[in-house]
Amino acid sequence: MGSRVVRIDISSPDIAGKAGPGQFVTLMVSEEGERIPLTIVDKDLAKGTITLILQEAGLTTRLLGALSAGDALYAMTGPLGHATEIKKYGNIILVGGGVGIAEIYPVARALKSAGNHVTAILGARTKDLLILEKELKAVTDELHITTDDGSYGERGFVTDVLSKFLADSVQRIAYSLIYAVGPLLMMKKVAVVSKPFNIRTIVSLNALMVDATGMCGCCRVTVGGRIKFSCVDGPEFDAHQVDWDECEKRNSIYEEKEKHICRLKI
Amino acid sequence: MKEVPVKSKELVPSKRIENFDEVVLGYAEGEALAEAERCLQCRNPACIAGCPVGIDIKKFIKEITDKDYKKSYFTIREKNDFPSICGRVCPAEYQCRKRCVLTKKGLPFASEEAINIHFLERFAGDYGIENSLEVPVEKDEKLSKFKVAVVGSGPAGLACAGELARRGIKVAIFESLHKVGGVLQYGIPPFRLSRDVLDYEINYLKKLGVEFVPNYIIGKVKALNELFVEGFSAVFLGLGAGVPSFLGVKGENLCNIYSVNEFLTRVNLMSAYKFPEFHTPVNIGSRAIVIGGGNTAMDSARVALRLQKAGGIAPDTTILYRRTEIEMPARRLEIGHAREEGIKFRFLVQPEEFIGDERGFVRKIRCLKCSLGEPDSSGRRRPVPAEGSDFEIPCDLAVIAIGLSANQVLTSVTPELKTDKYSDVVVNAETMETSVKGVFAGGDIVGGEGTVIEAMGMAKKASQAIINYLLKLISQKG
Repeated sequence: MGSRVVRIDISSPDIAGKAGPGQFVTLMVSEEGERIPLTIVDKDLAKGTITLILQEAGLTTRLLGALSAGDALYAMTGPLGHATEIKKYGNIILVGGGVGIAEIYPVARALKSAGNHVTAILGARTKDLLILEKELKAVTDELHITTDDGSYGERGFVTDVLSKFLADSVQRIAYSLIYAVGPLLMMKKVAVVSKPFNIRTIVSLNALMVDATGMCGCCRVTVGGRIKFSCVDGPEFDAHQVDWDECEKRNSIYEEKEKHICRLKI
Repeated sequence: MKEVPVKSKELVPSKRIENFDEVVLGYAEGEALAEAERCLQCRNPACIAGCPVGIDIKKFIKEITDKDYKKSYFTIREKNDFPSICGRVCPAEYQCRKRCVLTKKGLPFASEEAINIHFLERFAGDYGIENSLEVPVEKDEKLSKFKVAVVGSGPAGLACAGELARRGIKVAIFESLHKVGGVLQYGIPPFRLSRDVLDYEINYLKKLGVEFVPNYIIGKVKALNELFVEGFSAVFLGLGAGVPSFLGVKGENLCNIYSVNEFLTRVNLMSAYKFPEFHTPVNIGSRAIVIGGGNTAMDSARVALRLQKAGGIAPDTTILYRRTEIEMPARRLEIGHAREEGIKFRFLVQPEEFIGDERGFVRKIRCLKCSLGEPDSSGRRRPVPAEGSDFEIPCDLAVIAIGLSANQVLTSVTPELKTDKYSDVVVNAETMETSVKGVFAGGDIVGGEGTVIEAMGMAKKASQAIINYLLKLISQKG
């Protein structure tokens, strides 16, 4: 079971024309398929395409990975969710873990061009799974890389670097925003690390979704004690307000069925 | 005159819970004739006033007794675009049948003696489909240069599109989901509305030249005003009421607690009951609890029971309702179907808390017992929970079916579109025109959750106003 990271460019001039950083699409590979949400990583207005980057994990992402150039999707809708608020914040830290690096890329680029000083901390399990290093280097002022196994950059987790980084620099530099995307546990940990420093921390949640237009509530999450729908109220939320324990549990609702269908079809 | 009402044939309960096939089979000709014969042909038929769109019920029933089914079909079509759909899903016992002179008084709904107007409507509607009867197209050359955008492909959008296309107007229907039909597609299960009927009506609209644009969310991929920039002269909003309400009690986000929309969408739209052939999963439990008393509660309970059956679990599905059976807003026909299929009911019960296990899955519901107090604004007696009457019900799957409110994807980004405190779109009741010039609305996005027939009625009214609006555009240009 490899976990390839796949990049797909999809022709959709309408979606490309409207997509902002942080927004996503839902798509179906075939009529029998699931509707899954994926963040729009990039767009090319001249070609009328959007770019998605995903890691093969469950059935749908594997089916996506198996597509060839020229194939058509059964359905795609977007751009969904609120776009990231792009303005001059000052000093910003972006944290990307795994395929979440792809999701922070458009945000990094937009924040950089809005005149922010952008520091990025990227983490991957191992060197081969690290993506978009060159691209992020081009749109950030400082770049830190970690790998779990130490095969590249610093050994350890992004949160280790973040923790050290904040402890070292917070006396000298005022950070006004931390923006993190990655595995749920990573985002939860980022929230824990940044909380004592009292720095506003935004995460983009990857909740399970069906229609992704606010009609089903599958993606509901408790933020600040209130129910929010990730699809229409998010996907970005204040990391310090998110009920992480609930998120983790809700994301595991279909674990058994997911394993079952993967055994059958892969 | 035969005294005994003619029942429609149905699949037997023990068999039908093994599949999602349509339960009510409809009248054969002889049954339709016998039931139509029971109609007293009242001089002042109250049933017509009970119909939200004023179908000439007396006339279409008479035409059935005359065996002029074609005429009967067209009589209904004068007011209702989709007789086969309404004949299946209309809550006739609260509308036309309740006003039937044969109904016994004293109930908030029709008694069994009332003429089965809905079955007769379905008979005439299905006759129309089987014989490909089509209402003549009345193309107006003046109108053919106009394009109208319909946003939302539910009952209101479909009806409006059909009315406009028959007059020669070019219509495009924008739908956010990958399949068209709105609530008829994602909400109402196939055992209550055969998808063949829906497909027929959609294909008919395609034949009329209506263009369907799925996967396209107005308010996201296009702003409302951009539709005008792109050459549409008017817009009809049939956005629907699709935002699920939750109880607001502790533990409501535990795993295996679904909103009614999520549960039905997974099963109806995504075909989760065919998992793993279809890839969208839905969970089921051995103690399924549905909370609510409306049609979506009945639908989701019957879906849950079928999923239990398919999963090799002994069927055990219970509906919890705060009031008693008499106050339930669901169709009496469907309450009956649910009971026949083995759904249990617990009345005068109010959920207070969901309690889960260490993995975060729901395990039980703590409830309070209720009694009925004074009538509230809905006219129904208000449930009054008794303090200290707490008790627990085992539950490993819950569906919350307590109501739906306005879809806000478009309205939330269109401040010029006036909405009320419920986020419903405000319209001129005569023309269905909104606060934005050339933009009309109808269906559940106007006035909240209603019925398919009410949505179609509003759409039909709006379509006439749209035509008048377009004709005015011509005269203004000279």
